[in-house]
Amino acid sequence: MAFYRSHVLVSVDPECLAKGAHEVIDALNDELIAQGLLDEVQVLETSRIGDPYRLGPDMLVYPEKEHYANLSADDIPYLVEEHFLKGRVVEKFRAQEKAVSDEELGAPKPKEVRIVLRNCGKIDPHNIEDYIAEDGYQSLAKVISSMTPEQVIAEVSKSGLRGRGGAGFPAARKWQLCRQVPDNPKYLTCNADEGDPGAFMNRRVLESDPHSVVEGMIIAAYAIGASRGYIYCRAEYPIAVQNLKIAIAQAHEFGFLGDDIFGTGFSFDLEVRMGAGAFVCGEETALIASIEGKRGEPRPRPPFPAVKGVWGKPTNNNNVETYAVVPQIILKGAEWYASMGTEKSKGTKTFAIAGDVINTGLIEVPFGITLREVIFDVGGGIKDGKQFKAIQTGGPMGGCLTAEQLDLPLDYEALTAAGSMMGSGGLIIMDHETCMVDMARFFMEFTQDESCGKCTPCRVGTRRILEILEKICAGEGQPGDLETLEDLCYEVTRNSLCGLGQGAPNPVISMLKHFRAEYEAHIYEKKCPARVCKALIRYEIQAAACTGCTVCARNCPVEAINGERRQAHIIDVDKCIRCGICAQVCNFNAIQVLS
Amino acid sequence: MLKIAETKDLTAIVEAAVIKHGAHADAFVPILLEINHEFGYIPGDAIRMARKFLHELYGKNPEEHILVSEGQLYGLASFYHMLHTEKTGRHVVQFCESAPCHVQGGRELWKSMQQSLGLAAGETSPDDRFTLKTVSCLGVCGVGPVVLVDDDLYGNVTPEQLADIFAKYE
Repeated sequence: MAFYRSHVLVSVDPECLAKGAHEVIDALNDELIAQGLLDEVQVLETSRIGDPYRLGPDMLVYPEKEHYANLSADDIPYLVEEHFLKGRVVEKFRAQEKAVSDEELGAPKPKEVRIVLRNCGKIDPHNIEDYIAEDGYQSLAKVISSMTPEQVIAEVSKSGLRGRGGAGFPAARKWQLCRQVPDNPKYLTCNADEGDPGAFMNRRVLESDPHSVVEGMIIAAYAIGASRGYIYCRAEYPIAVQNLKIAIAQAHEFGFLGDDIFGTGFSFDLEVRMGAGAFVCGEETALIASIEGKRGEPRPRPPFPAVKGVWGKPTNNNNVETYAVVPQIILKGAEWYASMGTEKSKGTKTFAIAGDVINTGLIEVPFGITLREVIFDVGGGIKDGKQFKAIQTGGPMGGCLTAEQLDLPLDYEALTAAGSMMGSGGLIIMDHETCMVDMARFFMEFTQDESCGKCTPCRVGTRRILEILEKICAGEGQPGDLETLEDLCYEVTRNSLCGLGQGAPNPVISMLKHFRAEYEAHIYEKKCPARVCKALIRYEIQAAACTGCTVCARNCPVEAINGERRQAHIIDVDKCIRCGICAQVCNFNAIQVLS
Repeated sequence: MLKIAETKDLTAIVEAAVIKHGAHADAFVPILLEINHEFGYIPGDAIRMARKFLHELYGKNPEEHILVSEGQLYGLASFYHMLHTEKTGRHVVQFCESAPCHVQGGRELWKSMQQSLGLAAGETSPDDRFTLKTVSCLGVCGVGPVVLVDDDLYGNVTPEQLADIFAKYE
């Protein structure tokens, strides 16, 4: 097979042909012959590349992936001389990229470093060749042909990679534990049950770059000696499931999966298992139970999955992101990866920023970056010019941090020491109009609902905590409630079976710690300082600002507003249901919320 | 997704689902998901038939550990949120109740939804048109609050848009 240093793909769809694509190809071939480059540069016809009406005729040049547009035969001699002879990109022919419409993942923001997300939005997830063109499966080839399993584990160990699912256990040590268990067969599971509200980093990787996860799993399987793997993906992510299935089928076709991979005698097979909507299945023993076709309930550890996992056999379980980064570590070396981050947390981490921040969506930043940088530099600051109040890290089992902790470096130990946790990477940012009692109630509602019910502290405890919080929000809090809350939180944390119950009280504990005055205001003064809790607020019309336009009275669903036209109106507090419609429709900002 | 159980051949669908996913314990949930997708819920008869077909397959290949009771299958159906044991309406409206949606106007939206449909969470309208449910995070938090009607996802939903959205579903 001839080897070309460059491939030129010219679009020959009907529109481009009508605009002279064949003339461009002829000119290209003529010029390559004239310059003596015909053995080095191959010209191929391909289907549509960009929008033909706007960009045609256009071409893609590999390996640079340069997209030249609006070409004519006359442009070709200059293009060939500059690009193929002198190796310079010809700016004036470059296609003008359309403004990015990807709401989740735009161009990298300041201070971002993209490793896990590097291919997202750049390659076609349905085409394994796109992934291969981005150095895909090179690491697998390197590992299988030139490294022993021990060397692979040593390399990953040197990189300092820690489990990205939340707990941050060193990946290499986990692999080693599983490898040394004298029992076969061994299994590999990938936790793609990303259930934390507000976290969707894994979904994006699975949808946009599924092969990186598949390759990472094959490498891990080789290191551990596993023969079969499961990707457990939540059913709420139908596109991720579909893209994974396509990726696995293609990897089979190319001989990266299946029997005797690359003729080395190593065999590994992979399949996707779909969840059916149970948050607790993100816990590893529950995940394993669910794969086995049981109710997804956790069980006590030990034995750890490394000893007894799927079908009672040694099983290594890692998160999507952990696997996805492995090929990059093998390809670029452990030193490269370990050069980023802090002493104990190496590399980068993806986060999903949500809530009251200007740039919501996905980011990937090196460990050690401060929360302040994440919120104000990467996230663009708080929406609508409001003030920052708190940030919830680690999802519904994490904790909240306040303005005083904004200079904390993001790493596993620092967040844990501050009473929160890294978790899988959801960051929810709250402005000063958020009520912290209401937020705590909200998180408890979630964990209470998702508690699987197997152990009593979690099943009953989360319900009792929620009831107290509901009472406080309703203005019925009593002296002693906060102490009862603290006791309950302590017991639930200490006595629950799995991470769900152990972590469930975290938001309450941390919010109580940082915003105790707000809780006390609800209980003792019957006030909601953020003016959110319906039972504790009232709406009032400022007579001086009211023009008597009657808009509020006409929109009030319970006819609680009275007043003559052109006279100041009055809200009947007894009738008012505090829906807030009047404040929304008032054109003069005459309606105030008081507590 | 057709939701009218009577017009579909329950036996044929359950049998096809069992054969498609095979006689393995790890196929139970996929089989139930498939039945749920066809009918909108898992009829009691379907569980009985699934057990029967699984046991027939077991008879052919006793190596596989697939002996399962109806109770175990029902236990799965009642455990997972996406499997329904009660009949649902023709359209299932699901509201994402997670925190990012909650802080982006989800609270007001949820109230409006309950009001305009006249339903509380888990209820089905008397004409069987809608079932209202909450769903855990759908992972599209960038465009919250989010509403899922059957398989159609709506982002950045405001209370004003609800009437137009619901009008699309008869």
